[in-house]
Amino acid sequence: MGAYIIRRIFGMLLVLVAVSLIVYLIFIVIPGGDPAQRIAGRTATPANIASIRHKLGLDKHGFTGFFIQWFSLVKQLFTAKLVSYANQTNVVSQIKQGLPATFSLSIGAGIIWMGFGVLVGTISAVKAGRISDRLITAFALIGISLPVAWLGLILRYFLAGERGSPSWFPDGGYVPLTSNPWQWFYHLLLPWFTLAVLFIGFYGRVLRSNILDTINEDFVRTAKAKGLTSRRILVKHVLRASLIPIVTLFGLDFASVLGGGAIITESVYNLHGVGWYAAQSIQSEDLPPLMGVTLYGAMFIVVFTLIVDLAYAYLDPRIRLS
Amino acid sequence: MATTGQEEFTLDTAAELAAEEGGAKAIQGKSPWAIAGRRLRRNYVALSFLGVFVLVVVCCLLAPLYASHVSHLGENDTNSGGVVTVHGQPVHVISQGGTKIVNGQPKIVFGGIPIGPQWGAAGGQYILGADELGRDIGTRLLFGGRNSLFIGVTAAAISTALSVILALLAGYFGGLVDWVISRFFDLIWAFPVVLLGIALGTALSVNGFHHGFHLFGVFIGLNLSGSSLWITILVIAFVFIPYIGRPLRGQVLALRNREFVEAATAQGAGSVRIMFTELLPNIASSVLVLFTLIIANAILTEVGLSFLGAGVRLPNPSWGTMIGEGSDKLSTAPGLSLFPGIAIAITVLAINVFGDGLRDALDPRAKIRIEHG
Repeated sequence: MGAYIIRRIFGMLLVLVAVSLIVYLIFIVIPGGDPAQRIAGRTATPANIASIRHKLGLDKHGFTGFFIQWFSLVKQLFTAKLVSYANQTNVVSQIKQGLPATFSLSIGAGIIWMGFGVLVGTISAVKAGRISDRLITAFALIGISLPVAWLGLILRYFLAGERGSPSWFPDGGYVPLTSNPWQWFYHLLLPWFTLAVLFIGFYGRVLRSNILDTINEDFVRTAKAKGLTSRRILVKHVLRASLIPIVTLFGLDFASVLGGGAIITESVYNLHGVGWYAAQSIQSEDLPPLMGVTLYGAMFIVVFTLIVDLAYAYLDPRIRLS
Repeated sequence: MATTGQEEFTLDTAAELAAEEGGAKAIQGKSPWAIAGRRLRRNYVALSFLGVFVLVVVCCLLAPLYASHVSHLGENDTNSGGVVTVHGQPVHVISQGGTKIVNGQPKIVFGGIPIGPQWGAAGGQYILGADELGRDIGTRLLFGGRNSLFIGVTAAAISTALSVILALLAGYFGGLVDWVISRFFDLIWAFPVVLLGIALGTALSVNGFHHGFHLFGVFIGLNLSGSSLWITILVIAFVFIPYIGRPLRGQVLALRNREFVEAATAQGAGSVRIMFTELLPNIASSVLVLFTLIIANAILTEVGLSFLGAGVRLPNPSWGTMIGEGSDKLSTAPGLSLFPGIAIAITVLAINVFGDGLRDALDPRAKIRIEHG
């Protein structure tokens, strides 16, 4: 186990290096034109551009220039020195400010989508072929077909007072948990459900087919032969085995949302999280915030994937670490 | 953002299922594709949703006719000072502020509010209402649909083609080639889809994409301006590569050691020939299913990117940009984002239901999903 963990951590470090290379390629190498000018933004002064060119090593060329540029970008991000030239704010501190809203959104939505996903998938599998299964399947398909931005706007229009009264929910915004727990919860209810709908649909569908596969396994027949009740078989035997792939999915999806992946939900509901910060910088073509959010988002996923894999190996004794 | 069920599956699965349903006789002497076709033809739900999708495509293709004969306004034609006749009464397309006498009582009317859906009361004009510049939402919806569908289908096609080639290379050659391609998949996989999409979309939109070289005076490469639709297409195609490539690589890897590949090698077939005439037909059913499901996801991704401003550039309409434009006028002109959203939901639902039917017919174990948060 110890050797495995060390090897995995080493592999993860390599991936993190590669992730930073991708970010460097996306923002510096792949687009056309002068990178320094692009990073400086629309309102750049010549002095700004010259300083960026020097700081990011863009005045160096050739093979060594490539490494210098890549390393300078990573250094700027990790020493929290990268600033947005559009409004002179520090990228890393802005990302930090967005974390409470993003974490609140992700954790609540995660609980909702996992809970409802398991519930819906189990009901649908147990009642396979019946009306309730067909209805759930239809709703799940609709759920995965709705554009998140639109779903959010529709909920705001009908439930949050955009249509005039009545307004059952606040119209976006984020209230910190520490300042008013009830308002925090109340403001986040609609965003949570908006973000969760797509995942509920997908998890329900995956779980349904997993359960239907597991039901035919030998160990379920053995449990039946032992005379266990069908409820016990479902919960202790079938569901436990069927949930394992769902847990993996959840780990990845949850990491992605925590790492700023819920950009659309955050910008529809004006939640000032990490994704919202990235969305804000798109319109002004302000690249440094996007660099920061992309790098930190991907790093989050990489680290989280490792944690999930380790947890997974611990939970499922059938998986050999190798 | 994960794909499950990557075990080996071929058209044999479809044959087995068909045999279970209709007995061995029903499938005797029929090719796997014919058997799958038979299963699909019996799935009326899937077929009717395919019909819905075709209808949406036809409507969007007829957009220029709608613009010239029904709404009399092009996709980007503004008409903010215009007046239309509704039930014989002249009505401003964009309401003028002031007071009005209604039933003898003065009433304050807010200015700047675009006309709502007329449902034909204005003689074909503004059937779905106007936006704040007086453009016809119906016309823009159809033209936007052309862009959104074009982006979705083209991006899915490019992504599928690239992933198939990468998966064949990785699965066939194994070793270092497999390692490099798999790590590439892992890397792209590490980024949230929307985040990678907006990063690439925004970075490329500033100056466009200009890379290539001259060979005997002929330019080989890509020269795209920042506002080109192709930027969005390529970004979406790139982002989805691992989602198709990973499951396909697993399948190729499993097929690689089967007897028919050995037989082809013994006959002296080269690598390229084995990859494209032996291995590719065996994964073709999964490719088709994944392609269909990726179209749905590519359309949703386009909507997300354009909504955020990192996809299709204004004033070009697309379903995503339309939702984005309408998002801050929700209380005064809800139709602006309501109608494109309905169009997307119907289209994507139609593709998903048909894709499900196709999967049941061809490859019951394929699964795919991408988060669009």
